[in-house]
Amino acid sequence: MLLSAEPAVTTTFSSDPMIPRPYEIQRAKWDSSDTFSLELTPVGGGDIPAFEPGQFNMVYVYGVGEIPISISGDPARRDMLIHTTRAVGTVTRAMSELKVGMMLGVRGPYGAPWPVDEARGKDIVIVAGGIGLAPLRPAMYRILAYREHYGRVVLLYGARTPADVLYRKQLEQWRAHFDLDVFVTVDRATNNWRGSIGLVTQLIVRAPFDPLNTMAMVCGPEVMMRFTTLEMEKRGVNSDNIYVSLERNMKCGIGLCGHCQFGREFVCKDGPVFRYSQVRHFLTKWEV
Amino acid sequence: MKTLEPILAKHPFFAGLQPHYLELVTGCASNMHFKAGETIFQEGDEAKQFFIIREGTLRLQVFAPGQGEISIQTLESGDVVGWSWLFPPHRWHFTGRATSALRVIALDGQCLYTKCEQDHGLGYEFLKRFSHIMMDRLQATRLQLLDLYKVN
Repeated sequence: MLLSAEPAVTTTFSSDPMIPRPYEIQRAKWDSSDTFSLELTPVGGGDIPAFEPGQFNMVYVYGVGEIPISISGDPARRDMLIHTTRAVGTVTRAMSELKVGMMLGVRGPYGAPWPVDEARGKDIVIVAGGIGLAPLRPAMYRILAYREHYGRVVLLYGARTPADVLYRKQLEQWRAHFDLDVFVTVDRATNNWRGSIGLVTQLIVRAPFDPLNTMAMVCGPEVMMRFTTLEMEKRGVNSDNIYVSLERNMKCGIGLCGHCQFGREFVCKDGPVFRYSQVRHFLTKWEV
Repeated sequence: MKTLEPILAKHPFFAGLQPHYLELVTGCASNMHFKAGETIFQEGDEAKQFFIIREGTLRLQVFAPGQGEISIQTLESGDVVGWSWLFPPHRWHFTGRATSALRVIALDGQCLYTKCEQDHGLGYEFLKRFSHIMMDRLQATRLQLLDLYKVN
């Protein structure tokens, strides 16, 4: 087994939430030029901890640092943990260079999930921008596993360019479902792109859902989420039924250190998924 | 004789328009069909119409030397296309090309312009509606310029 550094490898792990559990990389896959997914299994075997869609783990690259990353795999699968992230900072760049067989430390899962159970009986609108599709993918898996519990299910996804479209094969598979409406758009197109060009927010006006009985889940850059929620409200969706996933500087992941404090809330503990009506006034406050 | 009035009346762009105004507008409306790949209007040409897409999609494109045609936006069923007919020099700023079989209602700009000049109430209704579309497109353009998904 190759190690990314020299952690104290043990097959028994601590109940201390600050101690990462070692995981081995089973597969590393580039989803686009700067975004990659890692499939991980616990060292020593066993299931991964149960998680809810929208939760995140603190992922530790030994000797480099620890960062929060949303879980992007299927919550029904306990044999494999999947994380998708972009190689943009010190830790994620180091992570992108790890090979199959190397190890990472993982703490979690943490945080408040998407309200997929609360949404039963309603239409579901999932709006994702860029890598924001990754934290929403577990919600899609869960919703599709219990498809009969929901009304219309709509996925609106916006990417920067066709080359940046995440999980392309999966989107194509979902698009083939008769009971799922999937719309993909890109901000900038190349000539060979046959799909839609424009912002994901512009898809909302025509999306087939009943605004009075809809639960919306939105994830992407914060500006994109703000404009998405405006469009949702213009369509008549109540802000209590719109959920957003926030990203802040998380360190401990369990609401102790205060790095991710957002108004009265801690993003790591009370979020990262928040009801929009709960956080809307803070989103435009520069000081928060 | 069947007219396009019931179809126009259901379109959000004409929501709330008084019936006698809708009748005036219908007098300037006609059905048009385009095949996939066909040019509906060409950048620089005189803008005599605007369109309401009933079915299909079109792309707004701009020509750049060395790069060919750059597509900047897809418009589809329900969208209103074109405001160049409203403002001098009444020339299309972009090219509109059908990306699928396209059914539109074309509204004759000269016909509408004359009616708006004769009845400023109608003109005000049109400007309100086009201002809304322009605001939406301006906001969208600003967001596109922000390039939100780019790594900073």
